[in-house]
Amino acid sequence: MPENNVLVRVEGLKKHFPVLRGAIIKRPVGYIKAIDGISFEVMRGETLGLVGETGSGKSTTGRIILALYDATEGKVTFDGTNLMNLKPREMRRLRRRMQMIFQDPYASLNPRMTVEQLISEPMLVHTRMTAKERRDRVHELLELVGLNAQFDRRYPHEFSGGQRQRIGVARALTLNPEFIVCDEPISALDVSVQAQVVNLLEDLQEQFHLTYLFIAHDLSMVRHISTRVAVMYLGKLMELAPREEFYSSPLHPYSQALLSAVPIPDPNLQASRKRIILKGDIPSAASPPSGCVFNTRCPIRVERCFKEVPGWRQVRPGHFVACHLVEAEPMGGNTLR
Amino acid sequence: MEPKVLEVKELVTRFRTLEGVVHAVNGVSFHLEEGETLGIVGESGCGKSVTMLSILGLIRQPPGKIIRGEAIFMKKDLLKLSRQEMRQIRGDQIGMIFQDPMTSLNPLMSIGKQVGEGMNEHLGMSKKQVRDRVVELLDMVGIPNASERVDDYPHQFSGGMRQRAMIAMALSCNPKILIADEPTTALDVTIQAQIVDLVKALCDKLGMAMIWITHDLGIIAGVANRVMVMYAGHVVEQADVKVLYDSPRHPYTLGLLGSLPRVDGQHSRRLTNIEGRPPALFQEVQSCPFSNRCSYVIDRCRRENPQLRAVGSAHQIACWVDVPTDGKTKVVINA
Repeated sequence: MPENNVLVRVEGLKKHFPVLRGAIIKRPVGYIKAIDGISFEVMRGETLGLVGETGSGKSTTGRIILALYDATEGKVTFDGTNLMNLKPREMRRLRRRMQMIFQDPYASLNPRMTVEQLISEPMLVHTRMTAKERRDRVHELLELVGLNAQFDRRYPHEFSGGQRQRIGVARALTLNPEFIVCDEPISALDVSVQAQVVNLLEDLQEQFHLTYLFIAHDLSMVRHISTRVAVMYLGKLMELAPREEFYSSPLHPYSQALLSAVPIPDPNLQASRKRIILKGDIPSAASPPSGCVFNTRCPIRVERCFKEVPGWRQVRPGHFVACHLVEAEPMGGNTLR
Repeated sequence: MEPKVLEVKELVTRFRTLEGVVHAVNGVSFHLEEGETLGIVGESGCGKSVTMLSILGLIRQPPGKIIRGEAIFMKKDLLKLSRQEMRQIRGDQIGMIFQDPMTSLNPLMSIGKQVGEGMNEHLGMSKKQVRDRVVELLDMVGIPNASERVDDYPHQFSGGMRQRAMIAMALSCNPKILIADEPTTALDVTIQAQIVDLVKALCDKLGMAMIWITHDLGIIAGVANRVMVMYAGHVVEQADVKVLYDSPRHPYTLGLLGSLPRVDGQHSRRLTNIEGRPPALFQEVQSCPFSNRCSYVIDRCRRENPQLRAVGSAHQIACWVDVPTDGKTKVVINA
């Protein structure tokens, strides 16, 4: 992959949140390892789907990339610039190029601001546009996301969930960003409205050559929208592969279980399909298992999995896995041993 | 056809709110046969939960009001029973599982007490008997070390385990009907698979009839024998599960299925958009409630609300138009 194709590079990223105890002087008594050493790249123009269950660290990853959280360790590079030790002024300049669409369109829009105020806020912070220019841009953006430009004086409560999410999208697009972190942008929406928002995101990507990091737990939607898919579990990456390869031949036992757990809207297929039902719950990120973090639920674990943390290896071109039991077979036909 | 354990006729439920009267359920009729699982699908606000709450006598009146209808269960009309009589049935002959296991469990009461509450109330068992039965139930729903964990409080349980405890509670008095209202929506997909499997197995084992309410057409395909699709407080389509997915006939069902990406599907397909959103339900619907979003709309749809009509054996739709039946026809709604 040529170097200039990489827009975002994440290397050895860790984020440990301290668990504080104490009445007056709060001392850390432990750490929640929200992210524990992950590395991946986001290519220009692609959609990287980042999937995982609750507490896997997928949202934290998105937030660190946008420098909303500081990393405990590791490095994030955006278009060749290391974000970890930037001066605030330099950071601000880069910020306009990366934006975020949030999960909950009910909580992420200030209820006391009008749509115009909401969408023009980034322009006030980052540009010296005049009031007229800003208003024109707001109207342009509203039309772009499929809302009536005359709605600019309305407040968020006057809109439905899908329309609010469109406002969120317009707000993210205000400064012509290159990279957008979509943090579960559709999980709060109804099925038929989800399709509307996803179609909009796809159209905008094509029109403005956007790069997306699409964080979700819905593997069906991720299949629909992503170029490549990365799977997280308890703060670690389990697998990363091009979409078709991931869905047709997932290598990691967790990916396999995850895919087989997704309900398919087809009763005939549901009846015939073989499913892997994982036992037990996701362990707490405060005390993850030693060795491979998946070893408490893995159907094919061996002794080694309890002792050694599996490395992050490329087993086929562009296909990364962290599992002791997956062997790299250069001839193809890669399977679990 | 198996004998009916529950038959609901022409149920109408409304709510008085500050903005006006909300017509939440508008003449819903259906039945549940012995041992079957009926899936009720619809988006938020379509009336699927209110239908169930009305039947169970769990609608606060006021602001809610059940205007008319019948719900026949064991030769009795549930809607005419006194609160006292209804309490006898609820939790005893009809079990319930709700969406959010965190808010539907009492945080100040141990899991064992909560699971056993119904048995104290309905079966008149001794303390010792109840406790033994609770441990047995918790074990049956797959809680490890049930005899030790019976004294735990809800916060000590994970989301999946709380939902298991809810299931144990619902089953404690051997109900004839189990009503599951979005029981897996708050859970992760691998845990969801566990719970779906568990409930299905228990239903088979105990021979219960079940009503599974959800917005997820994927889950319904795997659990239900029959499916009822609701929209704006109306039943718009009703069919055997295979028939519904193979040859859906109502434009709304077609749109819903088209808007779903599939984990086993092709990418190239653009998702079907159902433009617009459901009506606000502040007035009695005179037209077809879906007419303003439907691509097959004809004049009649705007004048008259269609009633359910048979389009096949055990397949009914509420639509004036004959929509293609092969199910593979790509339907673009409001393109």
